[in-house]
Amino acid sequence: MDHHPMNWGRPRNDMADPYGTYPIPQRPMNTQTFEDSVQHTQQPIVTGASVLAIKYANGVMLAADNLASYGSLARFKDVKRVIQVGSSTIVGASGDMSDFQYLQRELDELVIDEITHSDGHNLGAKEIHEYLSNLLYARRSKINPLWNSLLVGGCSPEGKRFLAYVDLLGTTYSASTLATGYGAYIAQPLLRKAVEGREDTLTEAEAVKILEDSLKVLYYRDARSLNKYQIAKVTAQGVEISDSKSQDTTWGFAEGIRGYGAQTQ
Amino acid sequence: MSDTVTLAGPQQRQFNPYSDNGGTILAVAGANFSVIAGDTRQSEGYNIQTRYAPKVFRLTDKAVLAVNGFAADGNMFVKKVKQRLEWYRHAHSKDMPLRSIARLIQSMLYGRRFFPYYVYNILGGIEEDGSGAVYSFDPVGSYERETCRAAGAAQSLVQPFLDNQIYFKNQVAAPGTSHPSHLPLSDVLALVIDSFTSATERHIEVGDGLEIFIVLARGAPIHGLEAIQGIQEMTSNAEGERVFIVRRVLKYD
Repeated sequence: MDHHPMNWGRPRNDMADPYGTYPIPQRPMNTQTFEDSVQHTQQPIVTGASVLAIKYANGVMLAADNLASYGSLARFKDVKRVIQVGSSTIVGASGDMSDFQYLQRELDELVIDEITHSDGHNLGAKEIHEYLSNLLYARRSKINPLWNSLLVGGCSPEGKRFLAYVDLLGTTYSASTLATGYGAYIAQPLLRKAVEGREDTLTEAEAVKILEDSLKVLYYRDARSLNKYQIAKVTAQGVEISDSKSQDTTWGFAEGIRGYGAQTQ
Repeated sequence: MSDTVTLAGPQQRQFNPYSDNGGTILAVAGANFSVIAGDTRQSEGYNIQTRYAPKVFRLTDKAVLAVNGFAADGNMFVKKVKQRLEWYRHAHSKDMPLRSIARLIQSMLYGRRFFPYYVYNILGGIEEDGSGAVYSFDPVGSYERETCRAAGAAQSLVQPFLDNQIYFKNQVAAPGTSHPSHLPLSDVLALVIDSFTSATERHIEVGDGLEIFIVLARGAPIHGLEAIQGIQEMTSNAEGERVFIVRRVLKYD
């Protein structure tokens, strides 16, 4: 029998050292019994599409739909892709949803650890973003990425706004409008046109309108999107994440377009 | 190709841990100053990720580092260099000399020889003898001291221009005269700004904003710097070298 502590709980390997005879055989610290079958994420499986976010007068607003796709199959239609972290931060995720759920657990643990200190310090959006970018960069450096693009929004009690991006490569950046996935192609130009230079004057109603209009364009053009979405905001007062809602869309025009509706020659 | 070949084994798709975030950096050394500049656009493919992501960083009062390539590696690398410089400051109660920072950077880059930081570094500043210096590096740490260097997306546009205007390559001095070995600061600043406006015209990954750092040797004349519109001083210790920053807009398209 092998009683060596390094092998506790590991499957027995009779080929190597069946009786653990003296002298104690070499056991490298990093022996991985299942080394050959450990799998790293090579591609995302259940995925969320675009997340959009803008700065506006009172804080930061973020929007994402409720769809998690399995390839081209609209698999889960009630998925919350925007979460609150701590008291003044929201995180929106696109990419692999299981990796995102893992990130949620990591963030929950981080926030609990921080609360437990009871030292009067708070994790703000800047800190959450730094933590996420270090985590994602570390994982990409192990060639074992967490397959997500994340938007982190926040607003301090003093009203200082924060909005930044981080992805599976650890790439980070900040701007007054951000979008992930197809949103970067389709929504970002619309957001920039509506927001750039007006970050400090946009009202809440205007901000909601800008995001909803962009979501509608995405819904019309992105096949992996859903007309059911949530809008989240962070202001100096804290976080609010809306219930799921949808918008009116018009598909009547499709009837008249050849190859789009039902045609008889 | 027959079907048997494609069916032979599972197709492996490898995760690519690198990306290229565009942009260009540039540095020029003068007799008693150094100029280090970079644009502020960060892009991936045809997407502009942000119009303001700094690529040039003040390390000490006499050293400025510009990083270009894969932005995530660049930011991590700068973070680690700054950390090592802080440790040096705590151990020796002084800032690390420029040539030592250059060697430190080569060690840190070569330390990752087999999983490199995909980053081109240009280090500018003032040497201990008071001369302006520029060190340029490749991603795995090969480095040399030079008078001027451009790197990044528009390197192939900017470097020949600098060779011509700063090294006077392909120019013949008028009879009885010779080319200057160092240009005055005002000429260098004009060349740097022209380099970036031209690169912005001809390269899609360059634009949005320009940040120019100027490092002046201890006791060097101010060269009429105070007249430059929007100039800001970033010096931490009044006695030693002085660091300034100048910001300019570049075209958004």
